[in-house]
Amino acid sequence: MRHAYFRNMTVTSALGRGCDATLHALREHRSGLARNAFAGEHYDTWTGVVEKLDGVALPIGMERFDCRSNRLIELALLQDGFADAVLATREKHGAHRVGLYVGTSSAGILEVELGYRVRDREVRALPDGLRYREAMNLFSPAAYVAERFKLSGPIAVVSSACSSSAKAFASAWRAMHAGLCDAAIVGGVETLCFTTLHGFASLELLSRAPCRPCDAGRDGISLGEAAGFVLLTRDRGDAAVALAGYGESADAHHLSTPHPEGAGAAMAMASALRQAGWQRSDVDYVNLHGTATRTNDVAEDAAIRAVVGDEVPRSSTKGWTGHALGAAGLVEAVITAMAIRHSFIPGTLNCSTVDAAIRGNVELSGRASPVRAALTNSFGFGGSNCTLALAGVR
Amino acid sequence: MKVDILGCAVRAPGFPDWATARRVLTGGAPYDRDAVRQSPPPVPLPANEQRRLPATARDALGVGAEALADARIDDAGDVATVFASCGSDGEITHQICDALARTPPQMSPTRFHNSVHNAPGGYWGIAFRSHAPSTSLCAFEASFASALLEAGAQVVSEARRVLLIVYDLPYPAPLSSLWNVTMPFCVAIVLAPHASTHRAISIEISAERLEPSWPDGIPSELRMNPAAAALPLLALFASGRQGRIVLPYAGDNVVLVSRE
Repeated sequence: MRHAYFRNMTVTSALGRGCDATLHALREHRSGLARNAFAGEHYDTWTGVVEKLDGVALPIGMERFDCRSNRLIELALLQDGFADAVLATREKHGAHRVGLYVGTSSAGILEVELGYRVRDREVRALPDGLRYREAMNLFSPAAYVAERFKLSGPIAVVSSACSSSAKAFASAWRAMHAGLCDAAIVGGVETLCFTTLHGFASLELLSRAPCRPCDAGRDGISLGEAAGFVLLTRDRGDAAVALAGYGESADAHHLSTPHPEGAGAAMAMASALRQAGWQRSDVDYVNLHGTATRTNDVAEDAAIRAVVGDEVPRSSTKGWTGHALGAAGLVEAVITAMAIRHSFIPGTLNCSTVDAAIRGNVELSGRASPVRAALTNSFGFGGSNCTLALAGVR
Repeated sequence: MKVDILGCAVRAPGFPDWATARRVLTGGAPYDRDAVRQSPPPVPLPANEQRRLPATARDALGVGAEALADARIDDAGDVATVFASCGSDGEITHQICDALARTPPQMSPTRFHNSVHNAPGGYWGIAFRSHAPSTSLCAFEASFASALLEAGAQVVSEARRVLLIVYDLPYPAPLSSLWNVTMPFCVAIVLAPHASTHRAISIEISAERLEPSWPDGIPSELRMNPAAAALPLLALFASGRQGRIVLPYAGDNVVLVSRE
């Protein structure tokens, strides 16, 4: 398929603000995970929290959008010159020709949860003054970004659990291809909330230690917060990386457990390869979904071995960032783009002994190596699979 | 974008099924709010899953299956799906937030996995054994138009048939104080690559200052439901005539759908 170029990109997570901080943390093997301090002592787990969000103020006139998730978006937009790049793109193409596709699974649900905590004891009503559209609803992240930059092109929040922001790339590419816009902002955002912490705990999927993707002793995920953006354009400009393909599929198996042999995941990967026009031998690196649950890592291994074989180096970067759920696809697309741009293959932090059931070539320590063609996987609840194919274009 | 409509289905007060909706929307019968279908639509899921199906998923899968039947498509396996909803499942959100506000907080694992916005999409794949791509969108008041654009872009970019399913159900108290939707509405439309003049529609985003369309005789209370934005398009399609309708979209824009 025709390339869509990464003209600007940024990511903010527990690793720090912006691409440089992220790159340094990856190279120095410094994890962003810490013993969880969100919401008190109920959670015996590790999380990747973005520090000092409480001190982030939204621009004047945007206060009604205030919530943790939109604060994280604001912080992310200010890194790597991203906000300026959006303004320049809007200037060039017109506000109505810039698309906006944001992936999230929880958006501002924390505000709703907090509202329930302070409900009126007698009538059980929610407190006054809650801003549903701006700070709670799933659309709130896109509503915020559109209002902040006065964008009026095609717009949607994509919310398919942990594949959300990977699928946002696919929607953005299609909108450009179908002529609805000339450029698109792809975003992802996820902040901690009670629903996800308690939800993954109830499924016994939360690790009690920093998550250990692919490790024999792995015991679940570490949740992470993140927001990030990629500006996609049709013209190459000075871009180093392009979206060369995407693949989407449904497991049709179970709402919260992956297909044991990764059948749906393999379909998504094969479709991404086909769209990119690549052979399996073209692939230099696979960024794993690699959540560190018992089931995901084995099923994903089976899927990758079926599609690109055993040898292609693969790694999970969730030991650094934690699992940013709806933002994970965006975070890992940016990390994969960094691997291409800076010629390195990230390792798999916290994995010391690869599970014997995982037979593909898991890169543990990370190393310098040219990466011209890479895949990045994102799989979510509901059996929602998405693989992105990213290509070096220099 | 030019695409064909192969089939439709709807479920809402006054629109118990597509046949009735067609009559009402073409002036062949008056709108009757009390015309409501009582029985839940059948969904081919095991009894266990059927019981755990959230209300939104039950209705969304029901209209989706009816639209495929209307389009005379037997095999759901090669039809991609685009789900959209502004409010997601308010019943589940309420149950979760209520249980999380207790001391100690409680959470049901089934409720948690049902809480994802793409739960109906996940159940669709399981019920109809479809591995085809499925996405789930939200664009608040623009949710229907946004899903129509996404479905159209999929048809045009990937040369495949796409089933669009948009649903919104009223919130229970106290969430209902946040959102003014009082009537449920679920709609499904099958789109396909353009091949027939009779079935073709053109979809575009426009910055023209136009008032969104609304069919005569339909209560404006229904208009509060973002999914019911589909009604003018359904009316245009049912009429078999040429014309153009205006859908609400985001910002100052509208989405125009025309039929030659």
